[in-house]
Amino acid sequence: MSYIKPKFRHPRLQKNALGFTVADYDGAISTLCAGCGHDSISAAIRNACFESAIPPHRIAKVSGIGCSSKMPTYFLGKSHGFNSVHGRMPSVATGASLANRALTYIGVSGDGDTASIGMGQFIHLIRRNVNMTYIVANNGCYGLTKGQDSATADLGSVAKGGAVNPFDGIDLASLAILQGASFVGRSFSGDKEQLEPLIRAAMAHNGFAFIDVVSPCVTFNNHTGSTKSYSNTREHLEPMALDFVPMREEIRTQYAEGSTQSVTLHDGSVIHLHKADSGYKTDDRMGALNAIQSGNDADRILTGLLYLDPNSKDLNTNLNLATRPLNELGRRELCPGSKVLDSINEGLR
Amino acid sequence: MKPTDTNDPEFFHKIVDCQYACPAHTPVPEYIRLIAQQRYSDAYLINWESNVFPGVLGRTCDRPCEPACRRGRVEEEPVAICRLKRVAADYKDDITARLPKAGKPNGKKIALIGGGPASLTVARDLAPLGYELHLYDAQSTAGGFMRSEIPSFRLPAEVLDEEVGYVLDMGVHTHFDTYVDSMAEILDKDYDAVFVGCGAPRGRDLPNLPGRQEADANIHIGLDWLSNVAFDHIDKIGKRVIVLGGGNTAMDCCRTSRRMGGEDVKVIVRSPYADMKASPWEKEDAVHEGIPILDNHVPMEFVVEKGKLVGMKFDKVEAVYHKDGRRELVSTGEEPAFYPCDDVLIAIGQENAFPWIEDSTGIRFTSWGTPIINDDETFQSTRKDVFFGGDAAFGPSNIITAVAHGHKAAVSIDLYCQGKQLSKRPAPGVTLVSQKMGIHEWSYDSVPTDDKRVAVPLVDLKEALSSRDLEVELGFDPQAAFVQAERCLNCDAQTVFTSGNCIECDACADICPTSCINFTQNGEEEELRQRLMVPAENLEQDLYVSETLPSGKVLVKDEDVCLHCGLCAERCPTAAWDMQKFLYSMAKATPDLMVIK
Repeated sequence: MSYIKPKFRHPRLQKNALGFTVADYDGAISTLCAGCGHDSISAAIRNACFESAIPPHRIAKVSGIGCSSKMPTYFLGKSHGFNSVHGRMPSVATGASLANRALTYIGVSGDGDTASIGMGQFIHLIRRNVNMTYIVANNGCYGLTKGQDSATADLGSVAKGGAVNPFDGIDLASLAILQGASFVGRSFSGDKEQLEPLIRAAMAHNGFAFIDVVSPCVTFNNHTGSTKSYSNTREHLEPMALDFVPMREEIRTQYAEGSTQSVTLHDGSVIHLHKADSGYKTDDRMGALNAIQSGNDADRILTGLLYLDPNSKDLNTNLNLATRPLNELGRRELCPGSKVLDSINEGLR
Repeated sequence: MKPTDTNDPEFFHKIVDCQYACPAHTPVPEYIRLIAQQRYSDAYLINWESNVFPGVLGRTCDRPCEPACRRGRVEEEPVAICRLKRVAADYKDDITARLPKAGKPNGKKIALIGGGPASLTVARDLAPLGYELHLYDAQSTAGGFMRSEIPSFRLPAEVLDEEVGYVLDMGVHTHFDTYVDSMAEILDKDYDAVFVGCGAPRGRDLPNLPGRQEADANIHIGLDWLSNVAFDHIDKIGKRVIVLGGGNTAMDCCRTSRRMGGEDVKVIVRSPYADMKASPWEKEDAVHEGIPILDNHVPMEFVVEKGKLVGMKFDKVEAVYHKDGRRELVSTGEEPAFYPCDDVLIAIGQENAFPWIEDSTGIRFTSWGTPIINDDETFQSTRKDVFFGGDAAFGPSNIITAVAHGHKAAVSIDLYCQGKQLSKRPAPGVTLVSQKMGIHEWSYDSVPTDDKRVAVPLVDLKEALSSRDLEVELGFDPQAAFVQAERCLNCDAQTVFTSGNCIECDACADICPTSCINFTQNGEEEELRQRLMVPAENLEQDLYVSETLPSGKVLVKDEDVCLHCGLCAERCPTAAWDMQKFLYSMAKATPDLMVIK
């Protein structure tokens, strides 16, 4: 098996605004199973960072444990990274975001890492609105331990050994909306046309951005009877297309009147939502929850940008922290001395 | 676009750029792999089967394969294909026992006029079938232009003798020192077919340039002069030599002059340096030997004083390129340039001449003096039992082209002698075999190496110039040959796609280092090419389009810079991609002449 990706790239690769090619956002060669959906998500993240022209050294990748959490090795080889304890990536991400608010944080997790062992951390990450993009590569099974049903496996889905899942799966997207996440999307690893702009929008969003990505486990959960196989997901997919236009680019595409809905983010970027489902409003929490539930009832997987609050306040803002990253503050600013301490103490008397 | 028909052997053949560009379609990646495995004899025999003169061509080939090499599109320099061929010849064992023998006589007699590469190829291809072959040449030995026009410091006589010998030893009846001056006489001898491979023997002259007659003693036609050197009729030239012309013959003339007493040797050429017909490496070799090349000089006059040549006058010109691609050399109006010299070698091209073929034979010629030939597949002339090949067919070209002509003419002669239609030609030999060895493992070195091309080491310049026979190039040693061989991208390991297996997981598109693989909506080729991840702007390279997949998309692979690294097939969970070795063998009169296991 090849463990080296050849050095040669297409000589006519396009360059982004920074003069980088997409190859500059590559990571090491993947050791996941051939055909794993996670590799497609890795490529989508790589492409999104390239398209949005984010300098690789201004990105930090954080993850926990699992097939999903190996992914950060396979993209953005020139970025920062932290592979943390199982389910504890949210703590690391929260701390990192507080220490250096200027970086773009990409958290990668799986259904086990998020919906089982990490649930307690995940829910607080949402509640605190940490400014990061949190991607769950959701395959409904524990691929690293031979494919047992995970907490997101759908009711009635058949495992590779033939067992039918008797439990209702946790719907992470609904959960995130319910808990007040300010950006919630769902997508499919096999639909980069939707996933890439969704990740770009999530990275541009100021606050916690959650994307639940159906990512088939090609080895243990890609058979007939599985609800998260490539073919079953494609059959039941209900995608809402979107485009992402970053702030520094002018809007060139003309959309027919009434065919799209535009949402402007805090940095001036614009998301254009193509109305597959007319009347869908991304700023309507109740509507979003209803739409997801109706989709579930109709055996359809609704994907796209499900909910967005473009005016959310992230953790740093809410805690009224210094606008400059902590790691840029000098000793004098961090330890202002006994005079300042005295005056604070005075103020508390 | 319609799905690509991979049953058409030409699709995969075209992807093996080097083999496709080679007139004789030598399976280059196949023999380069064998060189890397130190199986030099096998590598040699694969070459021999396809181009008959691997040792000669490994030193002198015009290498149409190298500009075509894919490596040149993904990196700077192509694989050193030509000099690797020489490695196979240099390090092979005695292979004589593995060569085919003359077949049981089939009662048919063939005359071969001229003992150059085209005739020898015809002889090689027909001998195993039992043809009685009669080879005529005016010289005392065979080889033709390979012997007379290529100086021995580039091609040692032993190498040529060995490879000419392999052919003649297959029972060819040689008629040396026999100048054929009448086609009618040959035809009277009741041959079943005649092959004319006598080359294009006349070097062009400048008969009307002032001073040409008076200075005749010191003006030589380049080709004749090289031939005289080769056969030891001449052993020196003046100290100051002007070589006129910009082709490979001019380069051979100037470098030979340096070894024959020429100290101040110049090449003076009409066209700009970049337009010269000589191969870039041949120009470099001349410059390396201290020979200046003066371009944009049109000869005006041979200057003669007291009945002796003292120099030449040239008009300085500039090349003006017209919209229709026509080039015009316009005088700059400067004073004519004068260069003193003792001798001039004229190497400005060759002309065909067949004064020995009588009208009564029914063989007709074009207004250019070349024979009218049925087409470039059959090589049959206007007289059905006479065939042409090599430089005699379409004018001056090169050895490998002559060999390719020979293969095709031999097929035609065989069909003709059996009373079969010449248009119903045998198909090329094609095999396509999976290279899978286990999970994610291939039978070839699939990971492209990063090594750069290196030049072949040369003997010391002073030593080289002191001898006419000392071979200048030393050739690669086995270690260097291995590194150079590993640069080959194995373009014959084809990426074969089975659309029915594809689950559209995108793994291949994600992993492909050179962004060749796309899953997208189908469209018209022109529009589709623009829509790919990296637009497919090299129109000479095909797109590989699949059947429509379940999602409604198609796979579109731009073949342009595919590294054949096999990662698409390694990352494919359903074996929709497979790496399969495509071996293509040009149709020959004797198929399967060599079987390499």
